[in-house]
Amino acid sequence: MTNAADPTILNITVFVLAIFVGYHVVWNVTPALHTPLMSVTNAISSVIMVGAILAAGSGAGGIAPLVGAVAVALVAVNTFGGFLVTQRMLEMFKKKASHRPKDVGRVPRSGPAE
Amino acid sequence: MSPNLVALLYLLASVLFILSLRGLSHPDTARRGNVLGMAGMAIAVLTTFSIARRVDIALAVLAAGGAAGFVIARRVQMTQMPELVAAMHSLVGMAAVLIAVAVLSDPPAFGVGDPIPAGNRVELFIGTFVGALTFSGSVIAFGKLAGLGRYGRLFSSAPVTFRGQHLLNLVLALVMIGSGLVFVSAAPGGQWTPFLTMAALAFVLGVLVIIPIGGADMPVVISMLNSYSGWAAAGIGFSLNNSMLIIAGSLVGSSGAILSYIMCRAMNRSFFSVILGGFGAAEGAVAAHAGQKTVKAGSPEDVAFLLSNADSVIIVPGYGLAVGRAQHAVKEMADKLLARGVTVRYAIHPVAGRMPGHMNVLLAEADVPYEQVAEMEDINSDFGATDVAFVLGANDVVNPLAEQPGSPIYGMPILEAHKARTVIVNKRSMAAGYAGVDNPLFYMDRTMMVFGDAKKVVEEIVKAL
Repeated sequence: MTNAADPTILNITVFVLAIFVGYHVVWNVTPALHTPLMSVTNAISSVIMVGAILAAGSGAGGIAPLVGAVAVALVAVNTFGGFLVTQRMLEMFKKKASHRPKDVGRVPRSGPAE
Repeated sequence: MSPNLVALLYLLASVLFILSLRGLSHPDTARRGNVLGMAGMAIAVLTTFSIARRVDIALAVLAAGGAAGFVIARRVQMTQMPELVAAMHSLVGMAAVLIAVAVLSDPPAFGVGDPIPAGNRVELFIGTFVGALTFSGSVIAFGKLAGLGRYGRLFSSAPVTFRGQHLLNLVLALVMIGSGLVFVSAAPGGQWTPFLTMAALAFVLGVLVIIPIGGADMPVVISMLNSYSGWAAAGIGFSLNNSMLIIAGSLVGSSGAILSYIMCRAMNRSFFSVILGGFGAAEGAVAAHAGQKTVKAGSPEDVAFLLSNADSVIIVPGYGLAVGRAQHAVKEMADKLLARGVTVRYAIHPVAGRMPGHMNVLLAEADVPYEQVAEMEDINSDFGATDVAFVLGANDVVNPLAEQPGSPIYGMPILEAHKARTVIVNKRSMAAGYAGVDNPLFYMDRTMMVFGDAKKVVEEIVKAL
């Protein structure tokens, strides 16, 4: 009997703990940022690309390099597109925060119109 | 690079992914979070390149795909975010299927035993069917969101239902699982037929599962597919024994699941009833007894008068506002009111847009400071002390019937606009909302209706102010 657990058991351990982390982190996300949350998780899920890179660069014959290359191209759209569009959205939330921080609610009648 | 160093770098990337989601807890830290996510992705990809036997092909296609992503991210309109996200989910799903095919054809390249052990095959099976389901389901969702209904009934935003639909889905799912089990126990060489059968059935199922879901339920569907794309990535992580993939996939999977839950709760619908579909068909249907009651209609000038004489105004934007691209005009109106000393705030219902948080992004795009934008729970108690609630293109989310036992939408959390001293409602017509329920808010003595396109109406109000 060996002391090492089956890799699948270790994978399940990581899986369960990661779900807990995800659960707690995501409930903390402010509802106003749920759309950026979705686009950034989209970008993060494109980390599946590591598998595609290994397939594309396996150096062997067969269909593995071909399907790997297609997969890399597909998820690269997500990697770049996902993070960039998230950044674009978050910039929109920033502008107001630094622009006119005092502008919350009531502005005195004598104050500047814009 | 030693395997240990690779594993540690992957761990670093995983931590960065977690921190990137953590940053989204506040708009001020969100941008830093996104940068951390990018850093994690860069570390993950570069590390993988350093251990790949060949990098030239992968680098070339990475650049090509990346360039496409770059252009899309720059050009996409904020109203099109739901379509973009759906399209991206489909890519992750397809990639998961392709990687599974690669693993099956060349296991040693991924450090998987050849012939592939049964345990790994179970993981491949799960990764493949979830990936295939995500792909075809997202393609249909994309079509529905992008309004491609004229190109095929499958993309119609109205639910597509037929007799025996659920039975057909059940049978197909069972056959798919059966093929998966054959694949797991097949002798080497005999794996491809059951694998491809299983994948093909999963693609078909993805289509069948999404077509009966109507346009109103799209926020749930898109969150659900978000979740699936994460589980697909985690499934591939299992087959490749890659903890980083499992962690990233689980983060995405749980995020999508939580968003689905939040959306279902906001519509007061069970997840099951959304999945079974058939809802949202009543779009545009006129409520039966709408004609018998009278409404008070006013002009944009009347609205301008009411608004400028108020001390406090809460704007309730709905999807109609986004469709009419009126958010910039609304911001202009709010600025004029603020300059006159009127307190202006926005009340956002969780399903105000077509995806979670969509309305917040649309308002942010129009330069509305996020401090003026309040979530339902935070602002509902303030309506009673508010002079004017201005409902723009929203209907079901402000329907007081939701508080009445026995009504079809009873229990749905609403914005309590009816408690304001005066209510102004802008709608294009008296048509009922998605739920097909008449809205008593429109017939109250304190309510004034302004009919017309949201943008035109608001622009005229701005002129009159």
